[in-house]
Parts: sequence; C-alpha cells; structure tokens
Amino acid sequence: MAQQGPTSPIPVPPREDAAQPAPKPVREGIDLIVNGKRYRHTGDAAMPLLWYLRDVLRLTGAKYGCDQGDCGFCTVIVDGKAVAACQTKMEKLIGKRVTTVEGLADGDGKLHPVQQAWIDEDAIMCGFCQPGQIMAAVDLLSRQKNPSDADIDRIGNLCRCGSYGRIRKAIKRAAGAMKDPKA
Amino acid sequence: MSGEVRLSRRRFLKYAAGTAGALVVGIGTVGAVDRPPPLGLLGDAWAQLGPYLRIAADGRIFIGVRDPDNGEGTATSLARIIADELDADWSRVIVEPLGVGVVQGNGEPKFTYGRQRSGDATSIPAAWADLRQAGALARWLLLQAAARRLGVPAEQLRGENGTVVAADGRTIPYGDLASTAATIDAPTSAPPLKPAERYQLIGKPAGDVDARAIVTGTQRYAFDETIGDPVIAVLARCPYPGGTLESADRDAATKVPGVYAVIDIAPEQGQPAGTAAQSAALAVLARDTWSALSGRAALKATWKAGDDPEPTASAHEQKALEAFGDDTVVPSTVRNDGDVMAVRKKAARALEATYFQPWIAHATAETPNCVVRLDPETSVTVIASTQSPRQVYTVVQRMTGFRADQIDIQVPRGGGGFGRRLETDYVAEAMAIALAKKPDDIRNRPVKVLWTRDDDLVRDYYRPLAVHRLNASLDRKKNIVGWHQRMASPSAIAGRGTPENRLWQSEVVADALPAGLVPNFRSDWYPLASKMQRGEWRGSPNVTPTFASESFIDELAHSVKANPLDFRLALLGEPRQLPYGGRGGPIDTARMANVLKLAAERLDWSRWLRSENGLGIACAYVFGAYVAHAVEVAPTTDGIDIHRVVCVADVGRVVNPLGLEAQLQGATMDALSTALNLAITVKDGKVQQTGFRDYPVAATQPLPYEVETIVVPSTADPSGASVIGVPSAAPALANAVFRATAVRVRRLPLLRELARLR
Repeated sequence: MAQQGPTSPIPVPPREDAAQPAPKPVREGIDLIVNGKRYRHTGDAAMPLLWYLRDVLRLTGAKYGCDQGDCGFCTVIVDGKAVAACQTKMEKLIGKRVTTVEGLADGDGKLHPVQQAWIDEDAIMCGFCQPGQIMAAVDLLSRQKNPSDADIDRIGNLCRCGSYGRIRKAIKRAAGAMKDPKA
Repeated sequence: MSGEVRLSRRRFLKYAAGTAGALVVGIGTVGAVDRPPPLGLLGDAWAQLGPYLRIAADGRIFIGVRDPDNGEGTATSLARIIADELDADWSRVIVEPLGVGVVQGNGEPKFTYGRQRSGDATSIPAAWADLRQAGALARWLLLQAAARRLGVPAEQLRGENGTVVAADGRTIPYGDLASTAATIDAPTSAPPLKPAERYQLIGKPAGDVDARAIVTGTQRYAFDETIGDPVIAVLARCPYPGGTLESADRDAATKVPGVYAVIDIAPEQGQPAGTAAQSAALAVLARDTWSALSGRAALKATWKAGDDPEPTASAHEQKALEAFGDDTVVPSTVRNDGDVMAVRKKAARALEATYFQPWIAHATAETPNCVVRLDPETSVTVIASTQSPRQVYTVVQRMTGFRADQIDIQVPRGGGGFGRRLETDYVAEAMAIALAKKPDDIRNRPVKVLWTRDDDLVRDYYRPLAVHRLNASLDRKKNIVGWHQRMASPSAIAGRGTPENRLWQSEVVADALPAGLVPNFRSDWYPLASKMQRGEWRGSPNVTPTFASESFIDELAHSVKANPLDFRLALLGEPRQLPYGGRGGPIDTARMANVLKLAAERLDWSRWLRSENGLGIACAYVFGAYVAHAVEVAPTTDGIDIHRVVCVADVGRVVNPLGLEAQLQGATMDALSTALNLAITVKDGKVQQTGFRDYPVAATQPLPYEVETIVVPSTADPSGASVIGVPSAAPALANAVFRATAVRVRRLPLLRELARLR
C-alpha cells in the first residue's frame, strides 16, 4: 500500500468512489511520557513542547520567555537532558520522557533537594524564571556532582530580577544535600 | 456583632464576626457604600473592609495584602508587619493577594485600599502608617476576650506566638478566642502599637511566602491563568509609532488550523497614554497559543510608518545640544537658587560635561498578558499582573460602563514590574477583543491576550533617552559654588494629562542632590518631541539624571586632584537637614555621609590612589532611603572586569532583611547590567531590538555574581526598598572605570562607548 504523505513525488487525484473510501493513513500520534504519565499528541507535530505542556496538558510550570531558546524560562528535562521547551518540536519527542518542574517532588509532596535549596536560600524574587532555573540546576547536578562556579555560570539561564548570587548558593547547597541526603 | 474605631477623619478600623467562628479586622474608608465583596477567597462576605486579617477558629490567620507583588517581596513584608503587631504565629499565616479595593460611591468609585501601587517604594511606608493598626486592634480584641474568659484584667495578659498568655502561665490559642473577640465593644480610640523592643518578626529574615508554590511550578501568574477555556489572542501590532497597516493576508491566517478569526483592533482615541491599546493591530484569535502564533506568522502583516517617523537617537541628541546652545529656547526651570551665571564669571575654575543615555526597555520576565471574561449584560472578570490595580479598574470601567459591583479585578503575583505594569495597554487590548464583534462560536468565550518577547521589546513604554549638560563653578578652595544642570528628554508623562510646565516631573527630581549643597544651583529641563511610547522605569527621575550628576561630581573631584570620597564628604558638609519636596524628605546629610563612608570602607578605600584597579563611588537619596555604591574595576586588554560591587543602604527600620538584601542586589545588578550593555535604538522609524540577543537584559558579564550589601541599623520609620539600589550603581561604575582606564565614559551603554574611546 502506497502511503500518501507530503513528500510523495506523484500527486494522486482524490478518489471519487465514496463507497470505497481511501484507506486512512495511519495517524500514529506522538506518544510521550510527561512526569511519569503517558500522553498521545495528535495535533500539529511542529507544535513546540512548551505550548503542548501549557495549553494542552495545562502544566504551566515551564514559562514562556523569549521563543528563541535564549532565556531558559521554559527549561525541562527530556530523557535526562535539559532542553528549551520552546525550541523542541513535538515531532522530536516520540517515545521520550519529559520531566517538568511539576514532576520533581515525589508523590508525597517531598521536595527535590534543588527545590528545597531554593527555598532555604530564598533564591526567589519575582519567581517567574525559577522553575526553569531549577530544572537547569537539576540537569547540571545530574552530570556534575560538585559543580564549580564556572559550571554554574555556563547554565546561562536569565534572571531578570538578578538573583544570580542566591541561585549559585542554592545549587551548591543542593549539591551538598544530594551527596549526603541526611544533611 | 461588629465595631468600629476611628483612625482619622476618613479612615477607620472595623471588625466583625466572620463565618465559622472567625474574627475579621479591616481598615475602611468613610463614605463608601456597601457592595458584594470581591474577596470571596477569604470566605467572609464583608464590605468596606480594606487590607485586613481574618483569624479563623482553627488558629489559621489569613492576611490580605493590598499591594501587588511583582517580585518586590511585599506579599511577605506587608503580611509580617500585620502579623508582628498581632503577635501571630507566622507559621499559621496564610497570605492572600487582595484584588482592587473599590466600592461604588455616590457616582464616583471610591478606592478603599489606598494607592495600591507597587514598584515605587511606597508599599512599606504606607503599610507602616496604617496596616499595623489592624494587627493592634485584633490583638486588643483577643486580649479582651481572654480577659473575660480567664477573669483577669486584660492588662495582665499578653499575646505571644498566636496565643494569649496570662501572668499565671495559662494560655489560650487565638483561634479559640476569635468568635468571642468579635463580640467585644470597640475601644474608644485605636489601641497602642507595640514598642519596637517587642518586635518578633519585623527586622528578622523571612523567605518569600510564595516560595513553595514557585519552586513546584504551581504558582499561578496571570500568564498561567485561564478562565474556562479562553480564546488565545496574539496581536500583530504596527511597529511604527503612529504608523498604519499596509497589507495582511487574513485568509492565510484564518486557514491555519486552530485559528478562529482575525479581527481589527483600533486604539481608542483621546485616552491618556498607557491606558488604551497602543497602536493599530490585527488580533489573531485561536484555540491555543501555537495556533495563534502560527496564524500571526501566516498573516505576513506589513506596516508603513507615519508621515513624520520617529527620529534616531543622534537626531534627538542634535536637537538637545542645539537647544542647550540657544538662548531663545526657554526650558522648564525646575529649581533655581542664587545665580549660576553670575558665579560662573568669577569662578576660579569652571567645568562642563555632556552625558548621553539611550532608550531603555523594561523586558519584564513575564511578558504582558491579560485574561478577561465578559458578560456584556452583567459582569466582567479581569486577571492581570499589574503594578496599578486602580488603573486596571479605571480602564475596565471606562470600556464597559459597568458599576463597581459588576467588575472583578484579580491581581496575582507578577513576573517583574520595573514600571512596565504601571501601564494598562494590555488590559485595554484584552477588553477591546472581549467587546469586539466575533464569530458566533467564540462570541462569549473568555479571552486571553499574550505578548511575545518581540512584541514586548518593540512596543514597550521606554525609559526616555536623555542628554545632560552640566556646568560647575569652583572657588579657590575647591568648593563647588555653582551648579547648572540641563537635561533634555521626551517626557514620560507627556500625553497623560499633565500640563506642559510640569512635564519635567517624570524626568528629574527638583531637590535631588547636590541641590541644597551648592549655593548657586539651577536645574533646567528641555522637552524633546518623540512618537515613542514612554513610561516610568524603576524610579527613572531618580535614575537618569543621577548618572550625570554623580559622574560629574567625580569629574570635579578629579579636576582639583581630590579624593572623590573626601570631595563628596566635604560637599555634604556639616550634619544637617536639607528640605526635600519629594517623598521621604528632609535629607539628613549625616546619614548620606555615613553610607558613603561605609561603602568606601568595605572596599578598602585607602587603596584608591595607588591601586591598579579603579575604585569608584557614588550615592543617591531615593524615596527616603540613603544609598551608596562602591565599585572596583580591573582593566583588561579588551575591556573591563568588575571585581567587586558594594551597596550600602540606610532605609530606616528594616522589615525583612532577607528581602531587602535581595532588592538591593537585584537592583544593583540590573542597574549595572543596563548601563553596561543596553540600548533600544530606532532606525527607519522603528525599534530594532527584538529579543534577548540584541537586548541582553540582566546579562551577567562582566559582573561579579555577588553584590556585597551593608544595611545600616536604624529605628527611623522604614522607607521602601524596591528601586533604591538603582540610581547610584551606574555612576559608581563609570567612576571606577575612569580610575581603571583613564577613560571617562559619558555615553551609555558603557561597554560600547569604552571600546569606541579606547
């Protein structure tokens, strides 16, 4: 069976026989896992993950900031790696695992050490960029148990309020807590 | 049961029994007429009640916060002012943002919560004046109720951490007393406030009350809000101030899956700037944001500039310099002491310098947005991040014609303000779409307007560009005896109902230092004509001229080979009070000298002369606060590296030191980053910057991560905190750069100019 798609080289005229409709192309949808739950996206495959999360799943923790992957407000983790959700099209997410800030705390509401460190250092001013900052920090700490100042600087997420000093302290505090969960 | 206590001619405290055994206390305004409250969130149908608290029978204490929190920390600090006076258990306090406080008076609406403006450092001083009274009355009522129950005089009881404690050690939790307290007869006058030595919360560090919601992603900003299933609207706006639509492919946009319609938005004519949609626009209405954005892209709207396009910055600068040199141009004279012209003729030394500052955008983290649900016959609900809930109300009322009781304004925590959210154009846009003719299938659905980052940068209310010319005369003893500052800028309040002779008020502060310190002092302001939308930016009349004046003082010190710290201290002179017409005065010169000395000391100022690194210092008096910055800059082969930044502030009594430190650090970072990097530029009549790549707001290079802060202990009444760390930061930096590189930067952004001059 020849499947018709946008890249098909030969245009096929529409069949007129209503009694025998063309076999429907198999629309798989895009299956993905968000915060441990399975979802199937059947809309525009070019939709950025950010708007899927916010408008379809109503997970509004990832924030809109710039549309260009520059600010990091929309940082989420896909298969263990931080990405800008505004730059990640749904078509790239088939079978992927997405973690958003809403998925960090455990089921009993116990915060992730990074979240707790953010509270302990009061690294919050307006707070709008902080979900993205936290996800970027989680990503960094998954790769780097003892991040240096330079490692933290390389995250590059924007904080419009200028809370950078406390963010750095919070990441170091979280690094300590993750090494020694009792501390 | 209920009672009232008069606070002043127009304000009174009021209390009553709430539902389920609660005590409710608030501040009311005389002349307000009852209406159904917008405050269902606290569960008490209670009118005429301003900023208030509710003590529930289970001991939880709800505190309503009237001023919007856009990151200034007011939700935390205002609540702690009330909670401390109440001797509340902070861990049982739940803070709720209040909406707009308005009731229908006889024709005119009456605003019951006061100014409700945030971001210009007014929230704390105002709260200090009245909110404490609500806490004090609640405590007084609880003590009376406990006295009745325990059979001892109330004078022998005290509040402590959410309980009443008797001399014999018996305790009763506040919650158990709440319903009885509501039945106590009102005191004849407002109960006395706590003495400062009994403060439990004021002056102690407190984390943000919304921290947990923020780190778990559950904090709802207006950008995250929906009412039902709103239609998402993204607008294609004319990028040319005063321009018009040339072409647009509406069919292509409408064919995008998910797009419902494209409608025209025409700005209302004759409304004050900032209260109506800014420009001609096409609104793409869609089922979700991605469809709306795709529809807008498919529109391919093109626009043409008006007849008289906005000039470039250099054209504005040329106009300003011509005006300064033309005796026939009559400026607004803002202040004029003595005779600056006469003293210049006999001066031992005369200096002149000219400074240039670009347009600056706000670039709040959360871009403008607004959610509206309108029932054209009955009511409207508006959710908007704003620094001015009253202005939101005014716009919604104007556009609907509704009475106060038909209008519900909700103000969630905002993602940054900086002055951008004093404007309500985005509310007017959402209202215009809600009111517009739309296809039947979406006619009655709520509407949510979202701005993208390029919308935000291309259509901001910019801090005006400015040109300053300063002239000073010094006598033989190196004293400044004459100071003449001239500033030219497009006024941020032009087109807002202010008469022409007051348009300087958004640009320059009449009594800003060194006014009052120099016997012959004159400040003139020259208007520049511009089509750009202009607005307030982080206390801009304190910021823009201060870069020039505090740089110039440093230049004067250099010209007489004086240490700039000593030169400034000599200028401040003997401790005394200088009259100050603006908010917060008079100026105490000793407090100003103190912050300068502390900043210098922290940076080890004795190195000033010999250090290879450049040390710079500057100070400012802002809304009752005394602030100094000291900066250490190292020269590098291709620029500078900023090693240390010290910020010292005397804000009077500190409500939340952790919050104040964050405000000072954040404001300093923003001020420095802005001075180093940022400029909005106009070419061919439109703004060129469209994203963080060409407008790198809050960029950290070459800044240090840490701003060192020192807060002066004080028992004076508190000033605000949110913008006070801005004005003196940039001049301190420029002064340090001069010491490090021998290049005097008189034009911002600094890095670009430094590269040009070196």
